[in-house]
Amino acid sequence: MSNIILTANNLNKTFGAVTAAVKINVEVEEGACIGLIGTNGAGKTTFVNMITGYLKPDTGSINFNGMDITLLPPRKITQLGICRSFQIPQLYNTMTTLENLEVSYGIIALQESKGALTTNTNAIIPSFGKSIRELALDSIAKYGLTDYQDQITKVLPGGVRKVLDIAMAMSTRPKILFLDEPTSGVSAEEKFDMMDMIMGVIRNSGTTVLFVEHDMEVVMRYAQRVLAFYEGAIIADNHPDIALKDERVLKFIVGHSQAQHVLSEKSDA
Amino acid sequence: MKLDKSLIYMIGFLVGILIASPWLPQWILFIITLAGANGLVVLGLMLFMRLGLVSFGQALFFCAGAYTTGMLCLLLKVTDLFVLLLASGIVAGFLAYLLGFLLAKYRAIFFGLLSLAFSMILYGVLVKSEKLGSTDGFTVSGLTIFGWTPETTQMKIVLYGITVLSVIVALLFVNMILKSPRGLLLTAIRDNEIRAEYMGASAKSTIHLIYIIAGVLSGVGGAIAAMVSGHIDPNMTFWTSSGEFVFIAILGGIGSVSAPFVGALIFGAIQTIAYGYSPNTWQMTIGICLIVVILLLPEGLWSLVEKMRKKSRV
Repeated sequence: MSNIILTANNLNKTFGAVTAAVKINVEVEEGACIGLIGTNGAGKTTFVNMITGYLKPDTGSINFNGMDITLLPPRKITQLGICRSFQIPQLYNTMTTLENLEVSYGIIALQESKGALTTNTNAIIPSFGKSIRELALDSIAKYGLTDYQDQITKVLPGGVRKVLDIAMAMSTRPKILFLDEPTSGVSAEEKFDMMDMIMGVIRNSGTTVLFVEHDMEVVMRYAQRVLAFYEGAIIADNHPDIALKDERVLKFIVGHSQAQHVLSEKSDA
Repeated sequence: MKLDKSLIYMIGFLVGILIASPWLPQWILFIITLAGANGLVVLGLMLFMRLGLVSFGQALFFCAGAYTTGMLCLLLKVTDLFVLLLASGIVAGFLAYLLGFLLAKYRAIFFGLLSLAFSMILYGVLVKSEKLGSTDGFTVSGLTIFGWTPETTQMKIVLYGITVLSVIVALLFVNMILKSPRGLLLTAIRDNEIRAEYMGASAKSTIHLIYIIAGVLSGVGGAIAAMVSGHIDPNMTFWTSSGEFVFIAILGGIGSVSAPFVGALIFGAIQTIAYGYSPNTWQMTIGICLIVVILLLPEGLWSLVEKMRKKSRV
């Protein structure tokens, strides 16, 4: 039986008259790859924001590895092993790609040295056995960012910004990674190459991944399980093949023709 | 630790002046020593600017350092320069540590104005303190170094020497911070604080730490200013003093740890010349200079050095 590492218990969240989360109950198994689907405003990002500490649920609790993380701030949740990427990549825009990754590993170095002022970028991070610079360069090579290494991130193409955003999140070696619309803004030709590369790295590291996605082809290709959101509630929680045949998913999220197209493409493949 | 050429040049310049100090006119030594004191305060401001913050109340710690020196001399008869410098740095740093719990929660204009508010509170307290000379302040005198009381001329050289020592220690320390992951984190927090938090960093504790470091630097700067001018008064924490430090920071730029000292030296020169030619309207000259710098060199005088470096590389 799989090990449950994350549990959301009866999460509710409202913003004034808008209901963003209704009785969300989810258990996430270690090593799972879960797609979160739903129309805009269905509550997917609210769910991600509650798990990662940006929003606090009105009621309910979140347990990670047996610890209640409901009221913890984002940085504490990251330190425990849950990290995320963003729909709009959140980078340090005046810094280069290399520096963005150096900051990421630098934060880990500061945590491991308990904030010592003498830590420098050549110092070895004990838990990695490598220096900040070496780790940043390794990441750049692993995520195919070598051509952009010394460019200021403000001017990077959209797809590259997405990859860097995810590479930064992965630098924390999370146990659970949330990806918020990883293929939005990426061209149709590039999206599968990009996702293959990213998912390859993530799966090799054994990280559990939950990704918000509107593109059903991407969901079908990578997700082992789908959580379908509608008006703040989860209306389907199942294997993608079954979830995409669910009447309510067809009615409120995907539509019959798109579901048929995606399912037939999958069976052809 | 990697040292920039500019840092080595700056240290070389300061030590060179120290060697030449017995032959230099005393007014030049006075200006450079005071520039060193101001530069220490601005070095702290530079760290804030790397974080995307501007403190309009850094004179609070400058004044706290100066009054610590003055009060130790006046009330406890502690006159050793090193003890006074150390005590001033510690008192200002402790004050920054306390205020930092509140200030680190605020950003943008709120951070700037809250820091200004605290400096004006100290101003109000000092103006009402008759034992400390109220608006007139009081004199700092009888300074010694390891039990030796130098003559007036010797004292100026000794004070300059101590300033050089303090500045070199501060330059190397701040350079070490900026070259460390924490230095990168300052820029990261300025660029995207939310992302830095999502990577596991605490922006609040980083700002608090920088606030303490800037407080210590300002306190030492204030102590030097008190020793050099031999007089302290509440104007040291008045908002115009904080404004001068911000002016110097803009003038010098934040591109290097040496920039605040270049800015402070040029500010000292402009102020002296402007005051010499027009004692009643020297502030107008300073204002015009500020406009020129903002229009032509928005990243400060240090951007000229960066441009020259780029040209020489090409």
